[in-house]
Amino acid sequence: MSLSMTRPARIAALRPGPVMLRLLALLGALLLVFALLLGERLFNATAVRSMAFQLPELGILSLAMMIPLLSGGLDLSIIATANLSALAMAFVFTHLGAGQAGMMALACDVAALASGFAVAAAIGLLNGYVIAYLGVSPILATLGSMTMVKGIAIGLTHGNVISGFPAGIVFLGNGSVLGVPMALIVFVLVALPVAVIIGRTPLGAIIAMCGSNQEAVRFSGIDTRRVVLRIYLLSALLSAVAGLVMMARFNSANAAYGESYLLVTILAAVLGGIDPAGGFGKVGGLVMALVILQLISTAANLLGMSQFLTLALWGAILLAVTGVGRLADWLRLRLP
Amino acid sequence: MREMGRGFARSHEARLLLVVVVLGGFLALATPSFASLQNLVDLLTSNAFSGMLAAGLLVVLVSGGIDISFTATASVAQYAAMTVANHSHIGWLGVAAIGAGLGSLLGLFNAVLIGTLRLSSIIVTIATLNLFYGLLMFVTRGDEIFALPDWFVNGASWTVYTDAQQAEYAITLPMLGLVFAFALTAILLKRSNIGRQVYALGSNADAAARVGIPVFRLNLLIYGYMGLIAGLASLVQAQNAQSVSPNALVGRELDVLAAVVLGGASLTGGVGSVFGTILGVMLLAFLQNGLLLLGVPSYWSPCFTGAVILVAVSLLAIERRRQQGRVRRVSA
Repeated sequence: MSLSMTRPARIAALRPGPVMLRLLALLGALLLVFALLLGERLFNATAVRSMAFQLPELGILSLAMMIPLLSGGLDLSIIATANLSALAMAFVFTHLGAGQAGMMALACDVAALASGFAVAAAIGLLNGYVIAYLGVSPILATLGSMTMVKGIAIGLTHGNVISGFPAGIVFLGNGSVLGVPMALIVFVLVALPVAVIIGRTPLGAIIAMCGSNQEAVRFSGIDTRRVVLRIYLLSALLSAVAGLVMMARFNSANAAYGESYLLVTILAAVLGGIDPAGGFGKVGGLVMALVILQLISTAANLLGMSQFLTLALWGAILLAVTGVGRLADWLRLRLP
Repeated sequence: MREMGRGFARSHEARLLLVVVVLGGFLALATPSFASLQNLVDLLTSNAFSGMLAAGLLVVLVSGGIDISFTATASVAQYAAMTVANHSHIGWLGVAAIGAGLGSLLGLFNAVLIGTLRLSSIIVTIATLNLFYGLLMFVTRGDEIFALPDWFVNGASWTVYTDAQQAEYAITLPMLGLVFAFALTAILLKRSNIGRQVYALGSNADAAARVGIPVFRLNLLIYGYMGLIAGLASLVQAQNAQSVSPNALVGRELDVLAAVVLGGASLTGGVGSVFGTILGVMLLAFLQNGLLLLGVPSYWSPCFTGAVILVAVSLLAIERRRQQGRVRRVSA
């Protein structure tokens, strides 16, 4: 798609679309309101840094949700996958890695990461197989795998936490380089390739086209089943990265961390302009939506409002943004 | 009649019935307590809340929509009804009116948003789940209500049978609620004009609109009904738990969805039956109860539940695809 674009088309693609404009307007309005209400308390290094520490978890999970959404699917198992792969990593870290030094410690770190990603890949392939080859709807397939994967995590750990990791892992969650939190760097390192895959590669174009009309994609000679398999594999691997970041931030792994994020990732993606029916969406929009959600959360916290009011505000913002869009469409039809 | 019998034998419900009967029979033989009256009554009581919600959700799924917000709706209705009940003597009718009224109001709110925003129902109801639940937790500060009025906790129970050990068996509110929810849903879907319209809307929304079905008004009824059932179910749950906590129900919405889907309802709409839904609820209830009675550590119970859901939806999908293949061959 992007490969054969003419020069004007390429420039048009860089211009912010209506979704981006709406999000920019919303961000501007929010910044203005919060600047008047909070001023210095929000716009200082500490507050901005705390935002930068909190955003990556939800951010990476939202990326994991975004790819299936783009294809017209959904992955409810992302949190469960993140937790089970974090537990797998934590198990290897604490059982093999303890007391090791030098090359052996490094080898154990690699083994831990590899086992976590292997677990995630297995879940992703299972989801992909059930959805693509057995024809189960994505919601149901991932609802089943979510319950099962979480069940395995609970069964193995009895709901307990695994904690105590090497300094490198703790640094990943809580350290910073030149003032930039490591977690944010990980988020950028993950978001950029995803943005490139979705926006600039044939695979990304096919994923979005599957969201528009899977039948048509198949009739044009593309094995959509393999594409779907890859979508859920990618989603699971991104979940594993999120699991790693969560584990590093809490310095522990558990079967039930981050469960409240599940439906919020869908909100973030839809707010960011990803069509829940599939076909349209950009990583840039998602990142804007994440910044907006995080800004509301931090400001609400500074204003002494309950975290649950933040939850309500998030829901209301999504409905309001969609409502404004519909109103604009309606006015455009009625007014000359 | 014979044709009807043959049709039933090939249906999803028939196979599900077979699975439930085999599972029930196995558990009755393998464990001494499964088939006891006490255990069955307990099963009925503890699954009344999710069973009632499943009946409401079935209507939404048949119409081709989905509702995720009903646990938040139930929490709001429950908290409001019980708060009022603690401050003034409003009686059963008053409690039911508040629960059902508030529940349907929130359901109508969903329907209006779905109709005007033209956003898919799953997204709207995820947003309203957060909205309702967030506001409830904010307003109540998460405080639980520990003391409920005596007439509410002890009422609506009629002892019908006392066994040799002096254990009393009674017709209770959860049982009445379950029967009411499923009977009302069966009448709505199978015995009313509205039910035919709901199936039509779920099978093909465009065609339904063209033949003159008022889609917006029908959606008001469908999501309002889901809210009404959620409001009533929340009262049953409050009596069963003997306390109200604003965060006890949210998070169970996907379990209810799993039960309805196991019962054969399709997420694409137009398919689903009350009998199938009852069997879906029973299957999950038997499974969890049975694993416990068989001595499987309770930690492993969610894993088995997940595996059963995954296998069941896979079998359903394979069967549906085979049927489509058959139709295609016939028409070719």
